[in-house]
Amino acid sequence: MAESILGKLGFGRASGVDKAGWGRTLAVAVVAFIYFLPVLFIIFTAFKPQGDALLVPPTLSPTSLFGLIPDHFVFKPTLENFGSVFSRSMTPDGAPEATGFDRYFFNSIFIASASVLLALVIGTLAAFGFSRYPLKGNDTYLFIILTTRMLPAIVVIIPVILMFRVVGLSGSYLGIIMLYTAFNLAFTIWMMKSFFDELSPDVEDAARIDGSSGMRVFFKICLPQVIAGLAATFVFGLILTWNEFLFALLLSGPDTRTVPVAMNQAVSSGGRGTDWTLLAAIETLFLVPVFLVTFFLQNHLLRGVTFGTVKR
Amino acid sequence: MSTIELRKVTKRFGSFTAVKDVDLSVAAGEVVCLLGPSGCGKTTTLRVIAGLESVTDGEVVIAGKVMNNLPPEKRDIAMVFQFYALYPSASIGENIAFPLYHDGISRADRTARVNRVAAILHLEHVLDRLPNQISEGEKQRAAMARAIVRDPNCFLFDEPLSRLDVELRQSMRGQIKEVLQGLSKATVIVTHDQLEALTMADRIAIMKDGLIEQVGSPHEVFAKPANAFVASFIGTPQMNLLEADLKTFADGTAEMAVAGINLAIRTDAAVARLQPGKVTIGVRPRAFTATDTGDRGTISARAELIEPMGAETLIHARTAAGADIRVVVTRSQRVKVGEALNLRPDPRQTHVFDGAGKAVRS
Repeated sequence: MAESILGKLGFGRASGVDKAGWGRTLAVAVVAFIYFLPVLFIIFTAFKPQGDALLVPPTLSPTSLFGLIPDHFVFKPTLENFGSVFSRSMTPDGAPEATGFDRYFFNSIFIASASVLLALVIGTLAAFGFSRYPLKGNDTYLFIILTTRMLPAIVVIIPVILMFRVVGLSGSYLGIIMLYTAFNLAFTIWMMKSFFDELSPDVEDAARIDGSSGMRVFFKICLPQVIAGLAATFVFGLILTWNEFLFALLLSGPDTRTVPVAMNQAVSSGGRGTDWTLLAAIETLFLVPVFLVTFFLQNHLLRGVTFGTVKR
Repeated sequence: MSTIELRKVTKRFGSFTAVKDVDLSVAAGEVVCLLGPSGCGKTTTLRVIAGLESVTDGEVVIAGKVMNNLPPEKRDIAMVFQFYALYPSASIGENIAFPLYHDGISRADRTARVNRVAAILHLEHVLDRLPNQISEGEKQRAAMARAIVRDPNCFLFDEPLSRLDVELRQSMRGQIKEVLQGLSKATVIVTHDQLEALTMADRIAIMKDGLIEQVGSPHEVFAKPANAFVASFIGTPQMNLLEADLKTFADGTAEMAVAGINLAIRTDAAVARLQPGKVTIGVRPRAFTATDTGDRGTISARAELIEPMGAETLIHARTAAGADIRVVVTRSQRVKVGEALNLRPDPRQTHVFDGAGKAVRS
């Protein structure tokens, strides 16, 4: 009896995709919610009135959910914090000034997408080469490429700063984009090579016999088959670059500052202690672009990360 | 002219020789099957013709032109792959149209051609679908359609039917044969299935270890195998190959000891050339007659295992000396396990192979 109820709730063996039943789905939902909780807390904090951020016990919900949640856990949502991200008074009693965050958001978007796309173009071509026209000692070359990611950033940063200073790349878009591209390349090459390796060589042979040159085989036959891989690589690269702090802190100038750096300065400057609601508002805005990209690419992404694990 | 000619073609991968001194010519309109066990070099030979592998030595001549150094896209050939190799991200219609993009063919003409071959191969209803949305049989036909949509120098097929189930295989065999007959192009089909080769080919080239063992019409390779390998490879059930000790030959009758039994068997007159010694005699399972009484022209054996095959019955018999003999008899002939049989080989279907395995034939 007990078993059959559990079975109905889906705790027995699931027999196929989409058949997990409500029990399992609910269990997963609980776990997923726990994972999402910190993000949710940040987002809620962004909407709290300034004084609410550090209340103990904290306020937890913007609505009382029809009286379900006691009043002292409910805060009154406000958009004020989002306004202060872009314009606020920098001194007590001062007039609101522009904070330059519009610029910083543009910088983040421009630098991250330019370097990830650049790495994707170069890396995909390189990966195709490594996959289809292996060199003698191919694996050694691939390993060497990966070693560029093995050192912690802090080890590399000093020589990079010195080199950038000598060639005058410090603080320029070109410099930081080149640096991020170089870092993304290793990852892109490894990811894309594994996608190209999975493709059936017969299909390319067929295309050649059907009269296609090597270039056409690559663009018309191979690339369309690895769209999932391109999407997955793009998103992972984007997330890494988007959140990068150390290099951005030391190599960007006032005009090329990215959001993580600006965020750090916004909360630590002014000597008034940390403005948590402001920080939460910046973070929430900062989440939006990556969230959107990932959301629109998610179908490709799911195929991308499971590529090769299921029989095609 | 649509012809293929291989002149002393050799292909080595490192120290391994996959194809060795292969000579083969395929005339326009002719279908030649490369047949052999796996690893015999038949697919490599096909890939060499296609240009997907370079030759180590020798010449590949297609349509009268030496093509050794031309890449596949310049050879103007069409090939159907074992796993079809349809372009996964293009619809079936686009797949079929793909070879046409290089010939500067107008859009209208392209559509017309795709529709024509789609009609021939019954693919009209799947033109808009992706390759992973259609059945195996349809994939096979789509691959075929992509090959015949153009007017290439020749056609190459790599195990075209190996992925289909038995029923579909039979119907596709007929369809491919029919389509090929209408095209009068040189065609090479690689297969390991002798039935496929026997039914579709005008000539069969039997390969083993990178060498062509025999080239001949289906009838020839079956009735006059050049050596013991071809003899055992072609025909089901397999031909019986019995070790024998040739003693004398006179008046068309060979005296020999087969599996410890002294026999006098009528054989080909060319056997006279052989010195007495070790030979192999080959008799097809259907070339035995079971007689009531034994004499010097019959092999006596005992039925060990009986396999009814429908119209016929396959009997595994064993001689007193332990040699296994496969015999096929008609269904009406009832044989019981343990029964003694006297088997008389048909002299016209008794092959003698010399010590090196080569057929002895006048």
